[in-house]
Amino acid sequence: MALLNFMKPMNELEEGGRTSAPVQRDAGEPEKKCPNCHKEIPLSRLWANDLVCACGYHFRMKARQRIQMIADKDSFRELFSGMHSDNPLNFPGYREKIETVRAASGEKEAIVCGTAMIGNQRCCLFVMESYFMMGSMGSAVGEKITSLFEYAVQYRLPVVGFTVSGGARMQEGLLSLMQMAKTSAAVKRHSDAGLLYIAVLTDPTTGGVTASFAMEADIILAEPGATVGFAGARVIEQTTKKPLPEGFQTAEFVLEHGFVDSIVPRSAQKQYLADILQMHDGRAV
Amino acid sequence: MSDAAYKRVRIARNNDRPTGLDYIRHIFKGFIEFHGDRRYADDPAIVGGIARLEGSPVTVIAIEKGHTAKERTWRNFGAPNPEGYRKALRLMEQAEKFGRPVICFIDTSGAYCGIGAEERGQGQAIAENLMVMSTLCVPVISILIGEGGSGGALALAVADRVWMLQNAVYSVISPEGCASILWKDSAKAETAAASLKLTAEDARNLGVIEKILSEKEIGEKAFYERIRGLLKEELEVLARDAELVGKRYDRFRKIGAAAVMKESV
Repeated sequence: MALLNFMKPMNELEEGGRTSAPVQRDAGEPEKKCPNCHKEIPLSRLWANDLVCACGYHFRMKARQRIQMIADKDSFRELFSGMHSDNPLNFPGYREKIETVRAASGEKEAIVCGTAMIGNQRCCLFVMESYFMMGSMGSAVGEKITSLFEYAVQYRLPVVGFTVSGGARMQEGLLSLMQMAKTSAAVKRHSDAGLLYIAVLTDPTTGGVTASFAMEADIILAEPGATVGFAGARVIEQTTKKPLPEGFQTAEFVLEHGFVDSIVPRSAQKQYLADILQMHDGRAV
Repeated sequence: MSDAAYKRVRIARNNDRPTGLDYIRHIFKGFIEFHGDRRYADDPAIVGGIARLEGSPVTVIAIEKGHTAKERTWRNFGAPNPEGYRKALRLMEQAEKFGRPVICFIDTSGAYCGIGAEERGQGQAIAENLMVMSTLCVPVISILIGEGGSGGALALAVADRVWMLQNAVYSVISPEGCASILWKDSAKAETAAASLKLTAEDARNLGVIEKILSEKEIGEKAFYERIRGLLKEELEVLARDAELVGKRYDRFRKIGAAAVMKESV
């Protein structure tokens, strides 16, 4: 049984997690500037508010912190935690890079998978990790996602997944590209088994992850302000030589264009997911 | 580092190579082109329809770059928009309905990176193709004839058999893009090309493709005849296979699995 095990904090945003630190200000309390409203926010207040500023700006969140926020207390059981990528192509610098990232993030790979209860509803849960090579998908991420969907088919469980990704992990070349096909096939089998899959797109969800399992859910939610797109904004600007429209590739933009079901702020996510899960709780009509 | 891989990239991009429509016209008989995705538009970067392969009806789909400057511009240099992928999907589902095998010819630097493409869900269009192709219950053979650019190529390559021309390349990112992201220097494209393992031999060694097609007499009658023969032979094998969809799942399921270390925890 793998209990939630917080790794050594990586930056000031993770310290303490959400349950500790009473909301009060000491004279010397550290603050964090919000990139949206530019106000200085005492860190304790940020922690108490799931890393959301009073103005609504959602800071990025570590995978395990998010699991603690979404899963019922002590309900998360990690699966496939031993899987991680080697350097299959002997890509220059990759091994060093991945070792540095492992040490800094405390994670073996860019995704955490397992089972959990959300509002007393049992489900499979995956959360991608932005602090691990920006959630890029290599062979291990593909293998873990695929294994989780197969597990969900075997035990007839819904899947809830939080995506965050810069796309495919180029250091694994073609093998990472093929993970798009592999994960999509696993999602399809889960779907064909009549099971529910809810994706929550968080900042940023792009590239090969958008073009595979992020966009294949029955119900697709997004966090406010999250970047959601396929191609990188700079690449598009260079290709088209046109200025990008206001709010291009935000969660609000993809909602307007019909590609997500709803934008759900962090504070409402757990209840929202629980409600949806409950409405699909296995009693087929 | 050797520049052999980058040389392949240059050959794969060469404008004088046969394009998708050349393969369709020379390998099949009686090609009838069908247009449009029934959602938004017709994408000239992807051509599709029905034709006969040695008498049997098949659905053929090709990414088309065009030959003349004017045609290349019109076809967006073979960079499809979402409606191209949706047209391809429509034709594949039609093939499934009528029990026709699907043959795809792939040649693209990648799915188009444009404002409209994002507005109309480029990611969603590719994702849906990957998902639906994985359970299509008719045989699918995809051939990479030039550039196999990332998700934009894969969106037509979730197949039972994937073949590559000898000088075609297949990659998760262009060598220039890779070099510019990793080393902030697009001039290191040669190193990137070698590191990405994007040649036909690399792809076969990685278990991503089954067959490398010789480019002997490329563009000539004998060249197309050879591919026609291979397609016919392989389709006969696939048509008899009752486990087609399961095997297609396993084909992709195992890719990269060997690259994953499994520690006991």
